[in-house]
Amino acid sequence: MGTESETYQLGILGAGVMGSGIAALAVGHGVPVVLMDTDPQALERARAAVAHQVRHAGLVAALPAGVPRGELVLSTSPEDLAGVTAVVEAVTEDFAAKAKALATAAEAVTPGTPLLTNTSGIPVDELADGLPRPGDVIGTHFMNPPYLIKMVEVSRGPRTADTTLAATERLLTGLARQPVVIRDAPGFVTSRLLHPMINDAIRVVAEGTASAEAVDQLMRGCLGHPTGPLRTADLIGLDNLADALTALHLRTGDERSKPCVLLLEKVRAGDLGRKTGRGFYDYGEGLK
Amino acid sequence: MSDTETASADEAEISASLTRYLHDKLKVEVAPDDDLFATGLANSMFAMELVVHLEQTFGVMIEGQDLKLDNFRSARSMAGLVTRLRS
Ligand SMILES: NC(=O)c1ccc[n+]([C@@H]2O[C@H](COP(=O)([O-])OP(=O)(O)OC[C@H]3O[C@@H](n4cnc5c(N)ncnc54)[C@H](O)[C@@H]3O)[C@@H](O)[C@H]2O)c1
Repeated sequence: MGTESETYQLGILGAGVMGSGIAALAVGHGVPVVLMDTDPQALERARAAVAHQVRHAGLVAALPAGVPRGELVLSTSPEDLAGVTAVVEAVTEDFAAKAKALATAAEAVTPGTPLLTNTSGIPVDELADGLPRPGDVIGTHFMNPPYLIKMVEVSRGPRTADTTLAATERLLTGLARQPVVIRDAPGFVTSRLLHPMINDAIRVVAEGTASAEAVDQLMRGCLGHPTGPLRTADLIGLDNLADALTALHLRTGDERSKPCVLLLEKVRAGDLGRKTGRGFYDYGEGLK
Repeated sequence: MSDTETASADEAEISASLTRYLHDKLKVEVAPDDDLFATGLANSMFAMELVVHLEQTFGVMIEGQDLKLDNFRSARSMAGLVTRLRS
């Protein structure tokens, strides 16, 4: 990374869709990464996924020229987090899983190391609550794919320290991302608006009003949505979409956020979108 | 047939196979020279699907300088890339 004054090493917890994408963003900007998962198979898949996404970023000229790639270390042991300058938590959208991952990281790193959660909408302060230093925690909601979408929704909890916010903004700027800081709330801004809309789009398909293709076509062609809600659902991963909707429903009571039947059926059938090759669309083997 | 004729015959065949693939994926007729990005038919996500498709279908590796959007603008430009990488 460009600045001499600050050198980074990023610890990333969770090597799924977002963990691998954030790793690609970081190594593509020359930042070394320790990518951790409790599942060794997830790490094995992530090795290929990070390489694929670095190529994708290169293809569309989304990486700085002439910057050597950061080193990527894959690990299942929290001790490997010892030297990192910031941690990004990107594990399953489940309060218990996140609380556990964050507690493990908080113990492994130097006090004051920012702990960034990539949750889609679990309030940052809930996640900070059980930790020894709640001030170190902040929400950095990267969009998918993180190396293509420059804007990052930053959620500052009521206990987030000024130094944590400042360090996070420097890190994001170093990764050529653009932070927008908001107040902590369930679903923040983007998931609060996007997730119920996608849920409704799935209901529209289930009711037979229109096919997934037609819904996406209309949302793109008439309303200027870049990809359409069903393609977006497949990109997010339908299991994560259902989890994030459940987290939102639980905290807001909004019935629109209760995962609809067709969404839950697809999750049960294992059709999770791009990551399994099929969701509302077919992607074939190559994109798994 | 001379070597160049064989090459261009191959290239035409690859281009035809790609327009079929694009038709199948994009649900619209695509001519060999249609600019997929300028027409908004393809986006940056689809571009990477094209890279994977070319590598798996034609047994090539697309790396370094070749990995740029310009090579994937049309069926013809992709066919040209594949032919060059195979020779
Ligand atoms: N998918 C998206 O488009 C998207 C976008 C923005 C934010 N998010 C958020 O990012 C986070 C990750 O989502 P994802 O789609 O990458 O999920 P995913 O299911 O693809 O990956 C989650 C990974 O976390 C691992 N994991 C679970 N518990 C762990 C622990 N204690 N320590 C280490 N690893 C653990 C799992 O083994 C899995 O590999 C979620 O909070 C999600 O809501 C997702």
